[in-house]
Amino acid sequence: MKWFSPADVARVAVFAALIAVLGLVPGVSLFGGLVPVTAQTLGVMLAGLILGSRRGALAVLVLLALVAVGLPLLAGGRGGLGVFTQPSAGFLIGWLPGAFVTGWIAERGGRSPSMVRLLVACLVGGMGVIYLCGIPVYAIFGDLTLGGAALFTLTFVPGDLAKAVLASWIARGVQRAYPGAIPTVHKRPRSGEEG
Amino acid sequence: MNALTGAYVPGDSFLHRMPTGAKLAVLAVCCTGLILLPSVWAMAGAAVVVVLLYAVARVGAAAAWAQVRPVLWFVAALFVIQLVLAGPSAAVLVTSRIVLAVALAGLVTLTTRTSAMMATLERALRPARRVGLDPFRLSLLLSLTIRSIPVIAALATRVREAQRARGVEWSMRAFAVPLVVGALRHADALGEALSARGLDD
Repeated sequence: MKWFSPADVARVAVFAALIAVLGLVPGVSLFGGLVPVTAQTLGVMLAGLILGSRRGALAVLVLLALVAVGLPLLAGGRGGLGVFTQPSAGFLIGWLPGAFVTGWIAERGGRSPSMVRLLVACLVGGMGVIYLCGIPVYAIFGDLTLGGAALFTLTFVPGDLAKAVLASWIARGVQRAYPGAIPTVHKRPRSGEEG
Repeated sequence: MNALTGAYVPGDSFLHRMPTGAKLAVLAVCCTGLILLPSVWAMAGAAVVVVLLYAVARVGAAAAWAQVRPVLWFVAALFVIQLVLAGPSAAVLVTSRIVLAVALAGLVTLTTRTSAMMATLERALRPARRVGLDPFRLSLLLSLTIRSIPVIAALATRVREAQRARGVEWSMRAFAVPLVVGALRHADALGEALSARGLDD
């Protein structure tokens, strides 16, 4: 397992923790608190952009596993198995392929991924893929048509668009300041390690 | 912040003493069963069973309410939509199904120690060895994450204070860039430390 070196274990663990901490940042509430917009999906997008596909998805998986065993690490102090039996569970599960796809697109940008690529990665992975997982589950749980469920999730779109722009902007800033934050740069085997 | 203790309520009911794996299996069966329940009366019966289970577990009303509360706004909105689209009995059926599933899952969380859940999770991860993932590294990953949460939370507080000192407290970017760079620095130092302690073989 070359991609799962001690450095990767550390990065994945710290990023899972970072997504949890971003849930504590007080979010903006749209429509009188009906739709909580938190920084947590921002963390999911950043995990993809900075760790890449497999590590980003693994960080999300670790977070979800800890939530499932009962730690209240989701925004608003939610946690426990209950979050996986709710109508919104599909969105939560969608974080996994979402982070993966975000990372997959970002990785293909080579050693200096452009701002446009990072933004597209967030829009496709962090929004498209997550909605694709979330809306059908919403429809099944709520006994709604797909269109009805999609209409219901329309309330998330403005916040998520803002987060996609913010995430790619933040990732660009981080990658300028710390070149090791670019997935393809980090992947290169360091001297002393055999390939 | 009680983030690291979980929602466990101590007790010695049969639910507390039941093995974790068995509890999870029963939960899966019950949640499937709820989807198959045909009528409002059957659902009312299920609701009585769930309330009785909570009473037997003696977790207290406040803990029970805290489990169900997060879904209530959604359930209320859904109830109205279903009432208009499909009539009262469908509305009751769909919404009570959601509340009961969440309540049951919450009951498992309330009566199971986080450490017992972690042990079950690690046992369940054992077959991951076949696809090349070392179970020891996976369980190390879980504990490292738990340990990293207070570290990153402290880092976030420090960055926020620095931001306030610079007078840019409203810029999300001025907060997030130093936070993520700081987290990466910490992670990479942690990775070096793990290598130095021989995790690399």
